[in-house]
Amino acid sequence: MAYGPHTPEDRASMLAAIGVASVDDLFADIPPSLRASRLELPEPESEVELSDRLRALADRNRVDLVSFLGAGAYRHFVPAVVDQLLLRGEFYTAYTPYQPEISQGTLQTIYEYQSLLAELTGLDVVSASHYDGATATAEGALMACRATRRQRILISRGVHPHYRQTVCTYFGGASLEADEIPLVADGPAAGTTDLAALERMLADSDRPVAGVVVANPSFLGLLEPMAEIGSVAHAAGALFVSVVEPVSLAVLASPGEYGADIAAGEGQSLGIPLAFGGPYLGILACREALVRQIPGRLIGMTSDVDGRRAFVMTLRAREQDIRREKASSNICTNQALCALAAAIYLASIGPHGLRDVAALGAARAAELERALAEAGAPRLHPGPYLNEFAVRVPNAGEVHRRLLDRGVLAGLPLARIEPADPMLADALLVCATEVTKPTEIALFGRALGDEIERGRQLSLEGLGGGRPTGSTGRSAGEAAR
Amino acid sequence: MSGAGDRLGPTLFEMSRPGRGGGKIPHPPKDSLARIPADRLRAQGPRLPEVSEPELARHYVRLSQLNYSVDTGFYPLGSCTMKYNPKIDEWAARLPGFAALHPLAPDELAQGTLQLLWELEQALAEIGGMKAVTLQPAAGAQGELTGILMVRAYHHSRGDFERTEVLVPDSAHGTNPATASMAGFSTVTIPSAPDGGVDIAAFTAALGPRTAAVMITNPSTLGLFESGLRELLEAVHAVGALAYMDGANLNAIMGRFKPGEAGFDVMHFNVHKTFATPHGGGGPGAGPVGVGEKLMPFLPSPRVLRESDGKFRLERPGERPHSIGRMRAFAGNTGVLVRAYAYIRAHGAQGLREVSDDAVLAANYLKTRLAGILDVPFERHCMHEFVASAATLKSETGIRTLDVAKRLIDYGFHPPTIYFPLTVEEALLIEPTETEALETLDAFVEALRSIVAEAHDDPELLHSAPHETPVRRLDETTAARQPNLRWRAMTGSQTPCPD
Repeated sequence: MAYGPHTPEDRASMLAAIGVASVDDLFADIPPSLRASRLELPEPESEVELSDRLRALADRNRVDLVSFLGAGAYRHFVPAVVDQLLLRGEFYTAYTPYQPEISQGTLQTIYEYQSLLAELTGLDVVSASHYDGATATAEGALMACRATRRQRILISRGVHPHYRQTVCTYFGGASLEADEIPLVADGPAAGTTDLAALERMLADSDRPVAGVVVANPSFLGLLEPMAEIGSVAHAAGALFVSVVEPVSLAVLASPGEYGADIAAGEGQSLGIPLAFGGPYLGILACREALVRQIPGRLIGMTSDVDGRRAFVMTLRAREQDIRREKASSNICTNQALCALAAAIYLASIGPHGLRDVAALGAARAAELERALAEAGAPRLHPGPYLNEFAVRVPNAGEVHRRLLDRGVLAGLPLARIEPADPMLADALLVCATEVTKPTEIALFGRALGDEIERGRQLSLEGLGGGRPTGSTGRSAGEAAR
Repeated sequence: MSGAGDRLGPTLFEMSRPGRGGGKIPHPPKDSLARIPADRLRAQGPRLPEVSEPELARHYVRLSQLNYSVDTGFYPLGSCTMKYNPKIDEWAARLPGFAALHPLAPDELAQGTLQLLWELEQALAEIGGMKAVTLQPAAGAQGELTGILMVRAYHHSRGDFERTEVLVPDSAHGTNPATASMAGFSTVTIPSAPDGGVDIAAFTAALGPRTAAVMITNPSTLGLFESGLRELLEAVHAVGALAYMDGANLNAIMGRFKPGEAGFDVMHFNVHKTFATPHGGGGPGAGPVGVGEKLMPFLPSPRVLRESDGKFRLERPGERPHSIGRMRAFAGNTGVLVRAYAYIRAHGAQGLREVSDDAVLAANYLKTRLAGILDVPFERHCMHEFVASAATLKSETGIRTLDVAKRLIDYGFHPPTIYFPLTVEEALLIEPTETEALETLDAFVEALRSIVAEAHDDPELLHSAPHETPVRRLDETTAARQPNLRWRAMTGSQTPCPD
């Protein structure tokens, strides 16, 4: 066995101590009728073979393209110190700090995480932690139902589709209702949450609303009128649940400032690798008044019997191992190491660094907007955005595919994630961050311009919609230079 | 509140001085945010600490040294399977091809990860005797919720809306009843039989047309194989209910028992237990779920599919109409799943069987050696863990399990899980795992032997334990009554200067 320490002599002496002849005797409690068929798996591999296999699999992925893809997971610079410290075995091979006397390291780092996120969100209580932005949003919505004893939430269509689908799954289980608030179709507020529709939905007195869930920036990258939405929600006795992106909170108004009761969000952008979707970090925060409704671990500062400062898991009566079927959630294992990564990231780049990340992303995004508009792909919506926006591109799915051959990952064709929404049929969602280079923007603009022009020529010739006939011959490596 | 203890050191916020740190990110143009309306911007920047990188490194290294971990010592935390976490798995997850892959990358850019996930699904299905596996759930508890939501969807798809109950033994993990509640069911708790196992008669009596599912942990949380399973599962299926297996204790039975073959309809795997992905101080883990034929249509979306040309892809939105939907964003905790895959490939079938054999051997060895020292209430052979009890010690000396646990810390060991399962008085749930050397197991036995002697000779030593730790026993009451959950605003010299 690859990692076992026992020699044949060790095993023999253990069997002798137990008083059995073979290890099979220890499994005598498994009745013959329940014994497994032969386990069939690929042969074991030495570390040499295994490392070759893993490297070959990793190399089958293509991560060399110039990427403008965000849509809920973002490329950011991660200072080297973050991963170096995460590799401390004392952090990553420990478990939940059930024994506080020998877990002060984990406990203090989580307390610091809570404090850092409290500063970012402007809310005093931060739980540590949830699985990802989607489940944190679902838990935030469930919290609103518990706190108000109402059964229905309203969630904006501007919230990430995966988050809405997750809320729907969680709410179906709990027999609660989740209705979607439409987006404004046109005009200056196009693409943002429809306030008039929200007011109408809140006015239905037979179906009182527990919480209103809106994302800022929205899935489409737009800034929502959060203060107004919060007032409208509160006037109807509903809680206001804000879905946030933590880097943006360096510069955008915080949930605490605009009156949100609960904030949920994805913490991946705080020093956590993309890793095809996880492990990420579910952020969930709330006002102090809701502290006994929030699910997930909470670490408090206290003192020990000698009066020295110490940290401990607290308000445990909310949790499943104490309250069982009456717990606020079934969550147990969470994303603690990812919370640690976020804390180290924030501490290493500091307040000015985080602001620079957000502002530089915004600056690059404005350059990107200009380059794509020149290429013939104007923005889909007129309202303000931070670093992500949608552009209109005829035949977006096909163009996106052809750009891959030119070494450009041209964001997300929105029809791929929202196939039923006609407003998003010919659109790409693109983003820029502090790692986006001006040369990459220029390359994307040029390549997109070529493809749009090509599509125009084809449609003039009546040949539109054809499949690509092959690569343009330029490799990704060339393209990136 | 006192100041920082001698060994804890200050918080990041106390260390902060304006002007420290920085230099990681290029400065943006001054007018970068000018296009954004002022009322959408933050009035005051977040008051994050400013710390230089050398101080930061020392801060976290010092904090790490206050932790107990598998890499520093024996961690027999029952039910949590704190086994050694292979270093090649950490290396693998950090390969840029895996770590830098965007979750919405088109399938053609993600073939390596998709292949890995698909092969991992196949391997887990084989280990569990299940027809199909979803890798989407982020942790065991979310796997439970996924499984029970599928059970619900299954009954509803048959027009059966009368099943409102989930039956759970009283020895179950708290996540089982909490999951049933989240999925809209009421929990019926069934008392255990006198031998600590599932009470088949009591279960059978509670089964009926209102039963949606039973949730069984096998081996049980007492570390015992549920030998009456066949009878129980037949009774469950006879009333039209489904059987869920909590796979928390799978580390005991790989290659010897396949839950799907035995008749379980659905189960979850805790990869951070059985497949050695690290526990991370409380996560991340991953909780894949295996299902039999009946539940396949209801698996969460997206699934990983292999096309006839050998290429892999993720299901598209709406492709499988009976799916319970999404459990989370994107595909799953892929970085964790890479580690689990590497672990399974390193072992193969024979290696995994040896893992279980050695885990069970180590547990029985410890149980045998502790039999004269603590109460070991169940006389059968155990699986990968066993419950000891300090009940006799308490009646003789007044020393409780908590005191024994705290004193073990002074001896350099992480205590076992204590006061769980709830069905055993003064319980210590001990799980040595297969990666601890015989010398370590023996040293643990000797430590407990000394502690029991101390309990008779010098009980105060145990009441006041631990003695050698950075902090001693904590004031948990004040922590809960007057919660201090965040550092309150940095003051004076610590406050960041404006941009």
